[in-house]
Amino acid sequence: MSDPFSPGTIVLEIPARADFVSFVRVVVAAAAELEPDLPNERIEDLKLAVSEATTNAIDAHSRGGSNERIRVECRLVDDEVTVLIHDEGPGFEPDDVPTLPEPDHPDRLLHESGLGVHLMHLLADDASIITDGHGTDVKLTVYSSKRRNSG
Amino acid sequence: MMDIVVHAHRDGEWSVLTVAGELDVVGAPELRQHVMHAVSNGMHHLVLDLSGVDFIDSFGLGVLIGALKRVRLLDGDLQLVVTEARVRRVLELCDLDRVFTLHSDAQAAVALSGGAKS
Repeated sequence: MSDPFSPGTIVLEIPARADFVSFVRVVVAAAAELEPDLPNERIEDLKLAVSEATTNAIDAHSRGGSNERIRVECRLVDDEVTVLIHDEGPGFEPDDVPTLPEPDHPDRLLHESGLGVHLMHLLADDASIITDGHGTDVKLTVYSSKRRNSG
Repeated sequence: MMDIVVHAHRDGEWSVLTVAGELDVVGAPELRQHVMHAVSNGMHHLVLDLSGVDFIDSFGLGVLIGALKRVRLLDGDLQLVVTEARVRRVLELCDLDRVFTLHSDAQAAVALSGGAKS
């Protein structure tokens, strides 16, 4: 039987506006703090990864002319916090995300954008992006300390 | 919504922009405008003091990279002051600590970069 006091799932639906990104960060951080075994550093990592995904979702709606809301879902179960970000934009080709040159390569300064997906994969314990012409689903998970330590 | 706050002052040839707030999709474009304004006014040696920045994402990083590229094209330079561990961590994750020189305060940034040129 599930714990009736478990926070379970928290859902946000926001307008596709840039000024809502900081609001999403605040809510996700507050939700993640309900997981007692998640260090502040990992909450900050999750905030940044979610911020990147939400910003991309807003951009996708803008490019696709969608007036739909963006859905952000936080799941707190089984020693992990998972955030799903769903948009209904035109999607993108994952292979088009540029590979970054080495920092000391002169072309490194040509890459003012394209770091967002890179950061999501670096910051989350598990990150997946499923995208097609009808939208994109990003799933970002961070594990509790107990789960990380148990391998 | 929290906008960023930017204060600018001169230290010899260097223009020091002290930034507070969040460098995200909302705040970063504001910083870009301040940088563009400084560069268009002939300030090609910039220090961006990010001591008051408590959040930076890829938009913010993009503005920093764009600023560095812009001043280097004009034979200028850009130095960063980073004291917040979170901001430093994001720069390090993207290997940008190897692209930028990071300083602990603006005076050190100017002094270690050739002093306050007149």
